[in-house]
Amino acid sequence: MNEVFIFWPIIIDGTLTTIKLTLASGVVALIISFTVGLARLSRHWVVRAIATIYLEFFRGTSAIVQMFFMYFVLPLLGVFLPALMAGIVACGFNLGAYGSEVVRASVQSVGREQREAAKALNYTNFQLYRHVLIPQAIPVMIPSFGNLVIELLKLTAVASLITISDLTFMSQIIRVQTALTLEPLILIMVIYFILSSILVSGTKWLERYFSAGRNIHKSGGN
Amino acid sequence: MKNIIEFKDVSKYFGSLKVLDGLNLEVGAGEKLALIGPSGSGKTTILRILMTLETIESGLITVEGKPLWHEKVNETLVPASEAHLQKMRQIIGMVFQQFNLFPHLTALSNIEQPQILVRKVTKEEAREKAANLMDLVGLEDKKDHYPHQLSGGQQQRVAIARALAMDPKIMLFDEVTSALDPELVDEVLSVLKKIATTTDTTMLTVTHEMNFAREFADRILFFDKGQIVEQGLPEGIFTNPKEPRTRGFLKKYITGLT
Repeated sequence: MNEVFIFWPIIIDGTLTTIKLTLASGVVALIISFTVGLARLSRHWVVRAIATIYLEFFRGTSAIVQMFFMYFVLPLLGVFLPALMAGIVACGFNLGAYGSEVVRASVQSVGREQREAAKALNYTNFQLYRHVLIPQAIPVMIPSFGNLVIELLKLTAVASLITISDLTFMSQIIRVQTALTLEPLILIMVIYFILSSILVSGTKWLERYFSAGRNIHKSGGN
Repeated sequence: MKNIIEFKDVSKYFGSLKVLDGLNLEVGAGEKLALIGPSGSGKTTILRILMTLETIESGLITVEGKPLWHEKVNETLVPASEAHLQKMRQIIGMVFQQFNLFPHLTALSNIEQPQILVRKVTKEEAREKAANLMDLVGLEDKKDHYPHQLSGGQQQRVAIARALAMDPKIMLFDEVTSALDPELVDEVLSVLKKIATTTDTTMLTVTHEMNFAREFADRILFFDKGQIVEQGLPEGIFTNPKEPRTRGFLKKYITGLT
């Protein structure tokens, strides 16, 4: 085990890269989730169609293949993405597809009576979404987003396959250098687990924050 | 009295079910109407059509002389655009059976937000008006409560205040006490009576509260099967209905009617 700990600087480096990759692709995924998810609810069929094609494509093909495509194929087409960028884009686009379904379903879960109330008050369609539907949909989204961000953390491990020196990549380096297999793998498993535990408590906190003082699901009754 | 609402030969279907059958109706500006009748008779549909929540299949509705579901393009009537509907909605407000407050906003914000977004008034103006209206409906101490922290009667009073804040010339009340426990009905009805006596808002109320209808309304409309079977002054309708269908319906509510 001691031999492994000699490598702690690269372990920390790898951990930081994994965190960076997760956060950056998380932001990309979040933006895509809302853009595609709301586009799937558009009144214009062209917008809906484009969003649906995006969703089905990125959900229906393997994340590793998408990443390989961005790192190995795009350069052939004249687009050069640095490895980290390719990893962020691939993870973000992939998770964004799943996230868009969360956004769409959560917005649709807000009752019809809320839309009618907004219409009776003469809200525009934009105001309806911005001030009525999305604020009520966000607390519904959070548990599912929490699951997705853990998926994302684990997905970033495949980025090691395109030379990104994340946690998984570093464990392979240690393996090669020390001929130890068990120790480095147990070590990174523990680190992944700690990171995902942090994400879980973050999600829990957000859930509490968004339900503080209000009860979104109960608006009727006596 | 000038007519503020006119229905001319309006029909409406839900699938193959005819909910409004060639309806003709004129409502004078400032008039207080009570719409009564068995459920499924089309009375709620009339309010929903006026609020532009339901379309019509045939006929013409005018509000303040302008067609509601149509607009004039080169002297011919075509189906209304969203822009036209938005203009018309400024004239009309509605209160729903299930209150439909925004659960993520406090009572006060529920009244403020539509004013700021739709009527484009300043935050201060909106806040002052919201506070005054909370006063009017007797909830000055509940401003910062969220809807789920209020009783049904209190929620409905906030919903009434929210609709009033938009200064509609026509107010639609769709069975606003039907979802309430019996002991909470009066607090809501007394707010309606207050509005009726203190403003010249035109009010259309769908209700099953016959005593309230009698006190509140200038005119009672009895609906059945998508048509107005009988209409007239409350006194006449409630003491001596002409039509057997009206009599049959009212017998369940009014003792002494045979």
